[in-house]
Amino acid sequence: MNALELDPVLVARARELAVRAAQPVVDLARAHTTVSVERAVLRLAGLTGTDPVTGGEGTVTDRVPWVNRVVDAVREQVGLEAGVALPVWHALAAGGAADLQALAEQVGAGTARFSVPTGAAAERARDAARDAVAAGLARVDANHRRREELVATLGDPPRRPWIYLIVATGDIHEDIPQAQAAARAGADVIAVIRSTGQSLLDYVPEGATRTGYAGTYATQENFRLMRAALDDVGAELGRYVRLTNYASGLCMPEIAVLAGLERLDMMLNDAMYGILFRDINPQRTFVDQRFSRMVHARAGIIINTGEDNYLTTADAVDEAHTVTVSQLLNETLAKEAGLQDWQLGLGHAFEIDPDRRESFRLELAHALLARALFPDAPLKWMPPTKHMTGDVFRGYLLDGFFNLAGALTGQGILLVGMMTEAVVTPWLSDRDLALRNVRYVLDAAGGLVEDFAPPRGGFIDRRAHTVLGEAVQLLERIADHPEGLIQAVADGTFGITRRPPDRGKGLDGVVRLAPEAYNPALELMEREAARA
Amino acid sequence: MPEPTEPRAPGTVDSVVRPYGDTTGDGMVQLSFTLPVAPGPRADGAALQLARKMGLDPAMVVHSHGIGGGGGTAGDGAAFTFFVVYGSVRHLVDLDAVQVEERAYPLLTPAEVDAAIRAGLRRSLVVLGACIGTDAHTVGIDAILNLKGFAGEKGLEYYREMQVTNLGAQVSVPELVARARAERADAVLVSQVVTQKDAHLRNTRELAAAFREAMGESRPLLVVGGPRFDPALAADLGVDKVFGRGTTPGEVASYLVSALVPGAPS
Repeated sequence: MNALELDPVLVARARELAVRAAQPVVDLARAHTTVSVERAVLRLAGLTGTDPVTGGEGTVTDRVPWVNRVVDAVREQVGLEAGVALPVWHALAAGGAADLQALAEQVGAGTARFSVPTGAAAERARDAARDAVAAGLARVDANHRRREELVATLGDPPRRPWIYLIVATGDIHEDIPQAQAAARAGADVIAVIRSTGQSLLDYVPEGATRTGYAGTYATQENFRLMRAALDDVGAELGRYVRLTNYASGLCMPEIAVLAGLERLDMMLNDAMYGILFRDINPQRTFVDQRFSRMVHARAGIIINTGEDNYLTTADAVDEAHTVTVSQLLNETLAKEAGLQDWQLGLGHAFEIDPDRRESFRLELAHALLARALFPDAPLKWMPPTKHMTGDVFRGYLLDGFFNLAGALTGQGILLVGMMTEAVVTPWLSDRDLALRNVRYVLDAAGGLVEDFAPPRGGFIDRRAHTVLGEAVQLLERIADHPEGLIQAVADGTFGITRRPPDRGKGLDGVVRLAPEAYNPALELMEREAARA
Repeated sequence: MPEPTEPRAPGTVDSVVRPYGDTTGDGMVQLSFTLPVAPGPRADGAALQLARKMGLDPAMVVHSHGIGGGGGTAGDGAAFTFFVVYGSVRHLVDLDAVQVEERAYPLLTPAEVDAAIRAGLRRSLVVLGACIGTDAHTVGIDAILNLKGFAGEKGLEYYREMQVTNLGAQVSVPELVARARAERADAVLVSQVVTQKDAHLRNTRELAAAFREAMGESRPLLVVGGPRFDPALAADLGVDKVFGRGTTPGEVASYLVSALVPGAPS
């Protein structure tokens, strides 16, 4: 399977540099919290619903969730430096409200009063908060076990790569039959794309939604509905069908929690995507991604990272090494948060200009480099988008070559390419034709991975080592920055945009932690991770 | 049956043409579509009926297969059928009657935009974007400015020769004027989604008046956009350009270059 033999000294050097480059990010994440991390704590403790008097004449999805109202009220009264748990469970211990939900309603009525407890009162608040959050984590754990049971009884997909397909109608009740049809036609993983702009909302909408634009809102209820529908079709097909959504944007930690509570199986979760492509503040992103990855680790969720995006903005040959660098950084940050190799769907993509000579050999070299560098990670292989022109016939051929490269290089998760990429959101027939393309290639050539071993010193081997060498050079530059990755991002090292740590969306939601700060979710998850 | 057209000598231009399969005037076209009908003779008949109504005569269903059946293979239980149809259209195309809508400025690729700025301006083009007033919907300005972009096109941040700042939501007009002055903005982009009581029009007029008063002739190019704007209203609102629903970053970039860069392609 591992056709390339990489220089072990170079590989060890790359990993060591990645750890060093990422250390300032880990330090930053440990020293701060965010409004979304604190809201995620309340979600784990079971607080749901929205404040009915918010949202004006808008729809129910415009209403402000109770978790936002409570965190904002705590912040206004006592600040978030100690976290939300101490003041909230101290208020509950004082007896003014029967439970968390009732306390939220007092916040709505403007009668809740918060203070940060000390001494024995703080001890009591910590214990109560820990118990409440442990109940949520127990549900996450139960889902993790339930997934393992279902996979044991129904079975995994019969082969690798797993076939990953997107639905995106905007209406959860349209998504469901489309997702079930896709599963029947051979999809192993269903991803529900989010509505345009959800990543920039600083709250998670509530309820079953039918009005997304170019995608469907990620809500707990939508997660639950789709999970149940895929369980039904999985039982019918005798194969566990996995569900994917996006833990990214300003509510990354909360969406990670909802995914754990509703047994999603994979989540898009990149350490830097929001910073680079959505202009979300770097500090906010780095703090949020660490918490969300700890939740994913606990939930047994496979993360998918977003390296494919670099190649949509930069040249896929000239900038191939930035993909490798980002994969190494994503790996080191993921492992620090407790994720294991089998959970790392590191991303890469088939985006080399097809008019370039030897483009397919270069694609194979890059794909094999990722395979050899991360032998135990599933790897997420993304189809061509940049060079899909609207010529659907050429696009269909290109997707066939993409599928062949995936089969030849042993990729773990294959996102099915659509010949109508850049033309329309996929039609029923587009998805069907795309799956026929994948089935043909995997049936005809799936076993070629056993035979395919490019010679040492040949074109593919040399190209892979060139890219790895360039990646090590770039990692050296990042690691030598006084603030490592944070400063490298500020300087525009990735992609072409500069993202200083004090700019971008969501900075006002970042809070430096005080010595007395307490986050029961982090405590419980770190304790578990230490035991593992 | 379609009227056969007169064969012509190669090279002559006729104003009436038909699609070309392998013989002049054969009118051959191919199309594919899906009907919500289970596969079978009835489905194929339905496809032929549609093709005939579309002007294909004779039409041939050269391929059909079911979609959405159980077990991954087409057929059993499929509720839809996909068709590939070939046929000759009876319609004629009159080239003299073809009208091409001319855009006032050429649509450029990102590389062409960058090259034009480099050659014509010899410095970065400074762009400032914001949502003004109480409008918190940044989805429009983000789609145009964010690297992520919109409709398969990268946002203006992708353009190396543009220096883009997105001020985000709920920026006051005086603040925007001050920032535009401080950063020597070449262009100010404002998106407006909320249209309650024509707030978008009122806000835009206020914006134009504030810039006129503060900076006069030296004001930056003012561009507004949003789903409810009528592009014909620019002059009336006192701005330079109004973009409506579905505008892509490439269109905005091309317009900025044509309006601001001396010697830009036109």
